[in-house]
Amino acid sequence: MDLHELTIAAAQSKLHSGELSAVELTRAVLARIEAVEPRIDAYISVTGDTALEMAAAADARLARGEGAPLTGIPLGVKDLICTAGIPTTCASRILENFVPPYDATVIQRLKAQDAVLVGKLNMDEFAMGSTTEHSAFKVTRNPWNRDRIPGGSSGGSAAAVAAGMCLGALGSDTGGSIRQPASHCGVVGLKPSYGRVSRYGLVAFASSLDQIGPLTRSVTDCAILFEAIAGYDPSDSTSVNRPVPDSLSALADGVDLRGVRVGLPLEYHRVDGLDPDVAAATSAAAETLTELGAVCVEVSLPHTPYAVAAYYVIAPSEASSNLARYDGVKYGHRDTTKTGLMEMYRGTRSTGFGAEVQRRIILGTYSLSSGYYDAYYGKASQVRTLIRRDFEAAFEQCDVLLAPVAPTPAGRIGESVDDPLAMYLSDIFTLSANLAGIPGISIPCGLSKEGLPIGLQLMAAPFEEARLLTTARAFEQATHHHEARPAV
Amino acid sequence: MQFETIIGLEVHAQLKTRTKIFCGCSTQFGGPPNTHTCPVCLGMPGVLPVLNRQVVEYTLRMALATHCTIARESRFARKNYFYPDLPKGYQISQYELPIAEHGHLDIAVESDSKNESDPDAEPTKRIGITRIHMEEDAGKLIHDDRRPVSRVDLNRTGVPLMEIVSEPDMRSPAEAGAYLRKLRSIIRYLGIGDGNMEEGSFRCDANVSIRPVGSDRFGTRTEIKNLNSFKNVEKAIRYEVARQREILLDGASVIQETRLWDPAAGRTNAMRGKEEAHDYRYFPDPDLVPLVIDEAWIAAARQALPELPDDKRARFIDQHGLPAYDAGVLTASRDLADYYEETVKRCQLPKPASNWIMGSLLGLLNAEGLTIAASPISPHNLADLLTLIDRGTISGKIAKTVFEEMAVSGNSPQEIVAAKGLEQVSDTDAIAAIVDQVWADHPDEVARLKAGNQKLMGFFVGQVMRSTKGKANPKIVNQLLAQKLAQ
Repeated sequence: MDLHELTIAAAQSKLHSGELSAVELTRAVLARIEAVEPRIDAYISVTGDTALEMAAAADARLARGEGAPLTGIPLGVKDLICTAGIPTTCASRILENFVPPYDATVIQRLKAQDAVLVGKLNMDEFAMGSTTEHSAFKVTRNPWNRDRIPGGSSGGSAAAVAAGMCLGALGSDTGGSIRQPASHCGVVGLKPSYGRVSRYGLVAFASSLDQIGPLTRSVTDCAILFEAIAGYDPSDSTSVNRPVPDSLSALADGVDLRGVRVGLPLEYHRVDGLDPDVAAATSAAAETLTELGAVCVEVSLPHTPYAVAAYYVIAPSEASSNLARYDGVKYGHRDTTKTGLMEMYRGTRSTGFGAEVQRRIILGTYSLSSGYYDAYYGKASQVRTLIRRDFEAAFEQCDVLLAPVAPTPAGRIGESVDDPLAMYLSDIFTLSANLAGIPGISIPCGLSKEGLPIGLQLMAAPFEEARLLTTARAFEQATHHHEARPAV
Repeated sequence: MQFETIIGLEVHAQLKTRTKIFCGCSTQFGGPPNTHTCPVCLGMPGVLPVLNRQVVEYTLRMALATHCTIARESRFARKNYFYPDLPKGYQISQYELPIAEHGHLDIAVESDSKNESDPDAEPTKRIGITRIHMEEDAGKLIHDDRRPVSRVDLNRTGVPLMEIVSEPDMRSPAEAGAYLRKLRSIIRYLGIGDGNMEEGSFRCDANVSIRPVGSDRFGTRTEIKNLNSFKNVEKAIRYEVARQREILLDGASVIQETRLWDPAAGRTNAMRGKEEAHDYRYFPDPDLVPLVIDEAWIAAARQALPELPDDKRARFIDQHGLPAYDAGVLTASRDLADYYEETVKRCQLPKPASNWIMGSLLGLLNAEGLTIAASPISPHNLADLLTLIDRGTISGKIAKTVFEEMAVSGNSPQEIVAAKGLEQVSDTDAIAAIVDQVWADHPDEVARLKAGNQKLMGFFVGQVMRSTKGKANPKIVNQLLAQKLAQ
């Protein structure tokens, strides 16, 4: 097996035993990036020199016998997580030359373990999109089929993990931006509970919905990366001060699914446009879990039909405010052809933001405006409460919810660019978890007739990530879907 | 037609915390531009605010001191607008759920009718406080006079402010002034702010309207901004009332608008519509969780409250027997009240202490432009001076001289009296000898005095005092002269 194909867990044992050095592993990953990046376009920046320095430091630490779980593991990071001294562009012209003077909390935590950062990954501009086509710089290709989108917004992260261009990656999920690309690229992606992972240093899209999470090639890897970044951070007032469960040992002990109640949301079967391959793979997954001893129960999430509308009011509203700081005054792009203040603002923001970002800023500004607030933002917030209650009620009847991630496998590049509404509607299975603040995971559950990966989504009650990871691990062990790799 | 003036005030008071409201940067005034800044207050991508607990603590004290209802759960909201001094493009403030509401404070007012049962009591008026909330300050723009360039200094960005909104309860510029002074006095008593209008740590906007006397509906109001001193607040309101009155008398109507006070021209001018037409698109800030204040926190804050001006004033009247007027003057500032109390603690002479502080001491400080905290005469020394007078060691007249000397040298009155030999002469024999001498030196005046010209008694007292350089105990001088005359 090529070194870049190693799982984090496998690489970890080789590094700790001395069979492999971090520099060797990093060189292998950098070589892989060099070889396939022209065909995939996953990275916005590759930080080879820094990566090798970090790898050398990791080797020194390993030599002292002080290795941590991620010491020496080459990782990629979505380009909206701030990295000190390394450009963080959010795939936007407006931050093209922005170099943060500080590390996000999650980066500090990875650095504390001497993980190796190999580069910053492509995404939809400011995480707004589900295809990674809305990047100002490049369109990332799906490693399984280069004519297809990798999903988004963390499309660069998912594609890089699938194509062996890093052993694991960080993405962010506001309405499905980790789970959906993970599904499209055949990797594991976890959106943690809201408040579980610090948002400090994550460039905000919609602050009440955003969470950072891992994308990996196995459930165990997902648990390793999740545990490294999770936990209370006093710099993020919305992070929650409760212990992170040790799901790794639970995984190691072997998982028993007997008696686990798996909820099947009724309303999700009624969604228009659900691809038959996706429907079949999802049903098959439910059967597999049943065979493992789980009990399937039907549950209802009655407010599902309102979720997309509520989300596309709340998320753009918060975004319109969060993106106000990009005004050309302090950092980033400025339209220097204009002299007056208002003209400079207009010029900077019109040329600095792409069409999708501008569309959402306008949507959000409208929703918050005087005279419209109650009908839009106010109403959407009420719907959000109802959706949260739907999930609370459902989790009284079941331990995990089982659902598709996306209605279809990865679409063709260019297909949805001119139809934003279709793109928004495809978020139906993922964005409710963000509205409710609950964790969700996407794991490979098969391939479509066209050979495209299909992901299975599991969701659990807030802070029940361990439940998700153990269930996902049991499924993974029983099915081996995750072992399928694209030929890049 | 007779009109009634309606005034409501919005005050922004800077809170004297060591660090900013949402980050650890210093709040110190006057550093080189952009030195008291960090990624958080610069509004860099990805940063998050963390609420400074001290800001809540201070606001809580103000809310309790003004009898507000404290919200067990309040929220921060974003006020969205674009301006270069606002790095995030929004100000974090409180909107729908402020920390405190429904308070009040009492101001002293002029009144024709004295309280029959207690003629000494000064009439007071209760002014409602609508709400108090916390927010962050914006930065500062520095405009280049010669070139079309503006620079941004973000040192002030994130400095904590407390906004106090009054009910439209004031009926005259004087009441507005009294309310502002009372508010400032409370802030200073609590030690939570400087309350300096000129330096901008205490800012005020006034909402002014007028209505025909007897009407129970409010007239259209205007909001006046740029009021940078107590004097200007009253002046601007007076101007605005006259302006509105003229409009109404002309049969026209007042336009609801924001107007800027121009202190040089002594008038208010309408702000251009464009600057005014803001839709702030307030919504709850998702980066900050609801602020929960429990009973224990409120109880602790209440415990930490110092004695406030109204209570102190009442105590000075009840326990020290001071007239209401004296008590009011002495409690206007905590420093002055403390000075007075320290003085009295040592000499136990409340009324003389009050007289000397309100008269000679405040006169001296005013003349020198000093604050009470910088007084060259310590309460300890002033108390000793009063004791010297009380014991008859020096006369009141000599005391004035000693006081002046104390102001210059800072020496104790005992030292000055000893060094200059100013001690009052109360030795009857010694004074009697001088009286005899004066008697002998002025036979004509003695004759006229004996003939019944009582006015000449003053002349003899003066002569005796002159030859003793003012040190003779006037009581004894008077006694001896009376005896002499009776002989």
